[in-house]
Amino acid sequence: MAKHRILIVEDSPTMRQLLAFALKRLKGVEIIEASDGMDGLRKVTSDHFDLAFVDINMPVMDGLKLISLIRGEQNLESMGICVITTEGAKEDRERALSLGADEYLTKPIQANRVLAVAKSLLKLE
Amino acid sequence: MSDGVGNGGDRGEAVLAIFQRGTEFTKELLGENERLRRALNEIEGRQREAAQSPEDWEKLRQELIHRICHLESENRDIMEQLRHVESENHQFAERYIEIEEENNNLANLYVASYQLHSTLDPSEVLRVIVEIVINLIGAEVFCVYVCPEDSDVLEPVAAEGAELDAFSPQKLGAGTIGESVASGVVACIDGATTAGPDGVDGVPIVSIPLRVLDMPLGAIAVHKLLQQKSGFSALDHELFTLLAGHAATAIFASRLYAQSERKLTTIQGFIDLLTK
Repeated sequence: MAKHRILIVEDSPTMRQLLAFALKRLKGVEIIEASDGMDGLRKVTSDHFDLAFVDINMPVMDGLKLISLIRGEQNLESMGICVITTEGAKEDRERALSLGADEYLTKPIQANRVLAVAKSLLKLE
Repeated sequence: MSDGVGNGGDRGEAVLAIFQRGTEFTKELLGENERLRRALNEIEGRQREAAQSPEDWEKLRQELIHRICHLESENRDIMEQLRHVESENHQFAERYIEIEEENNNLANLYVASYQLHSTLDPSEVLRVIVEIVINLIGAEVFCVYVCPEDSDVLEPVAAEGAELDAFSPQKLGAGTIGESVASGVVACIDGATTAGPDGVDGVPIVSIPLRVLDMPLGAIAVHKLLQQKSGFSALDHELFTLLAGHAATAIFASRLYAQSERKLTTIQGFIDLLTK
């Protein structure tokens, strides 16, 4: 079965584990983790991913910078991006979406919400 | 003369057209009449086959009424079964949602517990506690206090949302934080998302005591929740209980490990000195 590849870009190991735990309930997905924006950029430019969950506040390179760089790459335009962040203000959400994020989730996350977003962006049933 | 002949010709054609339309209309009527006659003959034939006499008609009527009653009864039974199945489906759907939520909550608790016990480094344990409070509980301003050995003062050791030195040390048994640690009971203001006007020096909205074997180790005091968090849920209360036990154990274990490492290094150095 063809696998969907999902990248989790998050500096908190707790959050990475929680997201991976939720996403593993999807059939046919492979989950890769990155611990900061630069690590995430290296991974998306060297390998194919269908979807990325990106935190905003990260060391080395923050999530917004990463998203703008991803959307600047022609071959990454179709990759789904969901922001997961503590920033709950409307302006933060609008900024992330204007930079190219497809969805915006705030912490603390609900696993069923994460799954719903993943299914929607991967176009799964 | 020629005009009169021309006019006569036009009138003739008009009359002919009228007669032709009349003919077509008559043909349609005759066709419809024939169709209705056939239908009537069919119905009369069916009537004749069904009943030859008034008694036969009555018998046929009764049979049809009985058949209708039977079908209505079957319909009611099927509708009842359908309602029962729909009700069961509704219950299953509700139960599925409950179980999914329980599953999600258990996953959160598992991850928190796993991370707390995944390290013996005291600074790493503190980092994990901070991550859990931010990412799983959704706190914006909080402080982690630790009570040094042989001390009755809770010292702030990690903070988020404010500078560490903005949080004052807390005496064991005094104030909301000190009392919760002394008693081992979580002090929580349900429904509150931010502490009072005294800010981080005031009463926190939740104070989680960290204790191991009735020994006070520290506390987590939350003063403000993230903007998008409207209050504490059942899962949050479960996390408070988990942190009260597991975070305390993690701190205690990491402290013991650090002490034993130091002692081991000292003893090793002493042995090296003696054997050289």
